[in-house]
Amino acid sequence: MSSTDLDGAAAGEAAQAAWAHVEVSRHPDRPYSLDLVQRCLDDFIELHGDRQGGDDAAVVIGLARLGGQPLAVVANQKGRTLEERGKRNFGMAHPEGYRKAQRLFTLAGRLKLPVVSFIDTPGAYPGVAAEERGQAWAIAQTLEAQLALPTPYLAVVIGEGGSGGALATLLADSVLVLEHAFLSVASPEAAAAILFRDAGRKQQAAAALRLEAANLLEWGIADEIVPEPPGGAHTDWDETARLLRPRLEARLLELTSRGFDPARRRERYRRLDGLFSA
Amino acid sequence: MAISPAYARPRTVDSGFTCGACQRTFPMAQAAGSLYVCPTCGHHSRISAHERVRQLADKGTFQEWDANLAGRDRLGFVDTKAYVDRLAEARQRQQLPDAILTGAASISGHPVGLASFDFGFLGGSLSTAVGERLARAIERSATELRPFVCVTSSGGARMQEGVFSLMQMAKSVAALHQLAEAHVPFISILADPTMGGSIASFAALGDVILAEPKAMIGFTGARVITQATYEQLPAGFQTSEFHHARGLIDQVVDRRQLREVLGRLLAVLGPSAAEDARRPA
Repeated sequence: MSSTDLDGAAAGEAAQAAWAHVEVSRHPDRPYSLDLVQRCLDDFIELHGDRQGGDDAAVVIGLARLGGQPLAVVANQKGRTLEERGKRNFGMAHPEGYRKAQRLFTLAGRLKLPVVSFIDTPGAYPGVAAEERGQAWAIAQTLEAQLALPTPYLAVVIGEGGSGGALATLLADSVLVLEHAFLSVASPEAAAAILFRDAGRKQQAAAALRLEAANLLEWGIADEIVPEPPGGAHTDWDETARLLRPRLEARLLELTSRGFDPARRRERYRRLDGLFSA
Repeated sequence: MAISPAYARPRTVDSGFTCGACQRTFPMAQAAGSLYVCPTCGHHSRISAHERVRQLADKGTFQEWDANLAGRDRLGFVDTKAYVDRLAEARQRQQLPDAILTGAASISGHPVGLASFDFGFLGGSLSTAVGERLARAIERSATELRPFVCVTSSGGARMQEGVFSLMQMAKSVAALHQLAEAHVPFISILADPTMGGSIASFAALGDVILAEPKAMIGFTGARVITQATYEQLPAGFQTSEFHHARGLIDQVVDRRQLREVLGRLLAVLGPSAAEDARRPA
C-alpha cells in the first residue's frame, strides 16, 4: 500500500467519523428544545409573538425557573410529526423568529432576568418571503441585541447549530455543547455544494470543517461539552436532561454570583479566534 | 456565495474594457473615467478594493491601516485545492494580504475611517484576518471620532475557515458596539454582491445604508433558495432596488454620484456631530 493509499484511507475514516457525528445530532428521535426545557427547567410558561405582527413557531420563547432562579428562555424548535414539522419549518426561522428572540432579550433586560438559549437549527429559513422581510437584517439585529443584553446569558447547543441562524442565539457568556451536537459555518451539504460543487460530498465537507463538538472546546468557542447517554441523546431523553440540568444550574450560578459585566461578553467575541495580539 | 450570471467578470484587453452585461467595449480611459459603470447600459462592474479607495478618497489622503495583517490556515483545509495555496495565489493576484483594505482618508474634505472589500480575493469572504482588520478599523474610527464608511462586496463566510469564519460576524458586531458608544456614525455601502454572513452582521447595521444599483444582496443565494424550496423568484429578487422598496436600504446611489452623496451625508454627520452627541446635555 502506498502512502497515498494510507492518506486516502485516513481521510475516509475521518469523513465517516465526522458524518456519524452529524447523523447523531440529526437523529429523528433526538430530544428537541421543548423536550429538554420541560425536563431541565421548572414552571416553563410559553410567550408568543414578536410584537411586530408575527409569531414564528420555529422559535419558542418563555419564562421559567431553574433552582429557584427566574429565567427568560429562547429556543429553536423542530417538529416531530409531519404537521408539526411544517408548522415549525424544521426549526428554520423567518425574520419574525429572530425578532421574537430580540423581544425576549429586551424583556430579559428590562426585568433583569438571565437568559438561557437552546440551539437546534439547520439555519435560517432559505425562502423568498424570508428574504423579502429582511432575513439578514433580522439576524444582524439579533447579534447586536445579544451583545447589548445587560443580564447573564447562557447558551446550550443541543443538536444542529447551523450558520448565522444558530449564531442569533449563541453569543452568550457561557456556551455549553452537547457531546453529539455541532456548530458549523454552513450545513455539510451546503459547504460541499460550494467547495466541491457537489452536495453529495457532504461527508468530506464535514471532516474538512472539523465540526465535532470537542473541537469547539479546544478553540474556546464552547466552555464545556456536556456528555450524552451512551449512543447519544436519542437513546434516553430523561438521562440526557439529568446530565444537562446540573451543568445549566452550575453555569448559571457562576454567572449570576460574580460581578456581571456585558462588556466582558463583547470582549469574548471580539477576541475569540485568538490569532491576533490586541 | 451567489453570483448572478449577469455579473460575469468584465473582460479587460489591450483594446479596451468590455461591459459584462451588454458586452460593448470601451477604451480603458473611458471606462476608468466612468468609474467602471458602463456608459451605455449603466451596469456597475465590480471593482477592486484599491480602485474603490481611489474613487472615494480625496487624492493623496488615504493612509492604510494594518497593511500587513494576514491570517493563517487554522483548520489545515483542503477542498479541491489546499487553502494555503488559494491564499497565496489571491495575495499575489490582488496585491492585498486578505480580502479587505482599510485606512484613514478624507472624502470631500471630511475625515473618515474607510474599509473596502475586495471581491477578487476569494469572493471578498469573511476570514479571521478580514474580520480582525475590519474590527480594528471600526475601533480606530471610534477612537479617532472618524465616521466609518465601509464598502462591502462579499459572498459571505469563507468556508475554508469553518466556524472561525462564522464567528467574524460576532466580532464585527462587537466592534460596532464601540462605534455606537462613541456616537460615531457608520455609513454602510453595499456593492455587488453583499451576501450571507456579511449582510447578516456588520453590513446591515449601518446608521445609513446605501447600495449601488442592481447589486445582489441577501442572506441566502437565489440558487440555494430555488433548490431548497422550488419557489418562483419574483422579478428583481434580492437587488438593491428590491430591498430599497422594502425599507431595508436608505438609498440606491449610482457609483458616479456616490462621492457626492457621501460628502453631503458626512457634512451632516461628520465629527462635529459626534462631538456634539458626546457632550453632556
